[in-house]
Amino acid sequence: MSGLQNRDVAVAGVGMHPWGKWGKNFVSYGVVAARAALADAGIAWTDIDLIVGGETVRNGYGGYVAGATFAQALGWNGARVATSYAACATGAQALDTARARILAGMSEVALVVGADTTPKGFLAPNAGERWDDPDWLRFRLLGMTNPAYFALYARRRMDLYGATQADFAQVKVKNAKHGLANPNARYRKEVAAEDVLNSAIVADPLHLFDICATSDGAAAVILCSPAYAEKHGLGGGVRIKAISTVTPTFPNTVIDMPLMSTESSAGGVPEQTFKESIGAAAYEEAGIGPEDVDVAEVYDLSTALELDWIEDLALCKPGEAEQLLRNGDTTIGGRIPVNPSGGLACFGEAVPAQALAQVCELTWQLRGQAEGRQVDGARVGITANQGLFGHGSSVILAR
Amino acid sequence: MTATTPAIEGWFTTGEAPALIGSRCTTCSTVFFPRTEGFCRNPACHGEEFSDTELSRRGRVWSYTDAQYQPPAPYIPAGDPYVPFALAAVELPEGIVVLGQVADGFTVNDIKVGDEMELVVETLFVDETGERTIWRWRPVR
Repeated sequence: MSGLQNRDVAVAGVGMHPWGKWGKNFVSYGVVAARAALADAGIAWTDIDLIVGGETVRNGYGGYVAGATFAQALGWNGARVATSYAACATGAQALDTARARILAGMSEVALVVGADTTPKGFLAPNAGERWDDPDWLRFRLLGMTNPAYFALYARRRMDLYGATQADFAQVKVKNAKHGLANPNARYRKEVAAEDVLNSAIVADPLHLFDICATSDGAAAVILCSPAYAEKHGLGGGVRIKAISTVTPTFPNTVIDMPLMSTESSAGGVPEQTFKESIGAAAYEEAGIGPEDVDVAEVYDLSTALELDWIEDLALCKPGEAEQLLRNGDTTIGGRIPVNPSGGLACFGEAVPAQALAQVCELTWQLRGQAEGRQVDGARVGITANQGLFGHGSSVILAR
Repeated sequence: MTATTPAIEGWFTTGEAPALIGSRCTTCSTVFFPRTEGFCRNPACHGEEFSDTELSRRGRVWSYTDAQYQPPAPYIPAGDPYVPFALAAVELPEGIVVLGQVADGFTVNDIKVGDEMELVVETLFVDETGERTIWRWRPVR
């Protein structure tokens, strides 16, 4: 792409505010996470020369976030500011903004923060009639909730690949076990397969325990140039090798939340689906392949979606993710552990913080600091997520 | 005085053989649903004009689910108590997958991926103007 020999940036520090349902203003969570990341890096807030905030645009409750909101809360220090919105990929896009300025030599050390306070129950659009808004129309015309979209993908796995509800339950069992010792996880309790299968069906074939909750939480990452890291002895050698924020390629033929239809495949379809292209762009940027990956943090909005992501990241062939799961390959100690943090199953989703939380987890994994959930010898990790409106991300970290 | 009217104007026809109304780009012929105006979303096309086109009334199930809990507003329940309904994503010969509720009386147990479905128009809810209708997918037997 460019003539730059090395486009790595260093992860100088990471920090989180535990996920939960705390009912406080998102800014307070963001400050806790930012201070934790600063302490982890051993950097003073006053040394930060760029702050990037992850924003959420859900309306009607405490969710408006901008970089400057956090800068003010931390105390104005004159840093440059940027704000990102990319739905569930917000954190990664914010990270990419910080990386770009660092690689351009325009910033040395940047703080990236995402934080959210979420409402109870189904995520729903704002009040008022909005006949030109697909996110409003899908509720009014179809009663199509977020879990219903997850259920469409899950059902397809069952009818095409022979996946079972017991397989989906096993993803929850695995992730619940992974997250037991994670101090930032909201749910730290073992779950049995029967617990999942006995929970109420929300959107067939998915049970309540197959679907992630919405949570409050915050995550922060401090990025700097490798030279800055070396000069100040920062960060434990973890580097960001790639941040993919690709948009879909026309025609997008897989139905995407919150839309009611796909684009027509009549004129031919792209080689990769949108989700496949997210990971592929990350691999290409990092100059590595799926066979090099030791650990993955993927977006298990539902249990079945974890299986989709494993295939979208080419960690196995389409239709083989259930076999990986059944073999224990995706469990810590297996060939390619997936969601050692416990994933969204243990966290619930705090939208603008979640992609950053994935990066925090991989940083701890690569440093060997993921106490109680460590993937032994992990050197390369990949994240993946997808959000509304053509947003998605994949970040590759290595040491 | 009440009347039976679509819950959204201009998205589907009613009558004996109802159909979804899409837009065909007059430059590249790509068909879009819901109707579109302004600019063609085919990145290789600069078209800005569209003609209405009725989509095929039958297609095949891409996937399906249901809503066991009452969806939040702006969904308007058809009645009280709430009755769960099924949803299907149906792939039409035009290469477009269109979501819709499944016709009254059918559940997820009546559908499999690949099954043929036909478009029908049924009542979604009733308001002060009368019955408001919507397109739905009905299994072809």
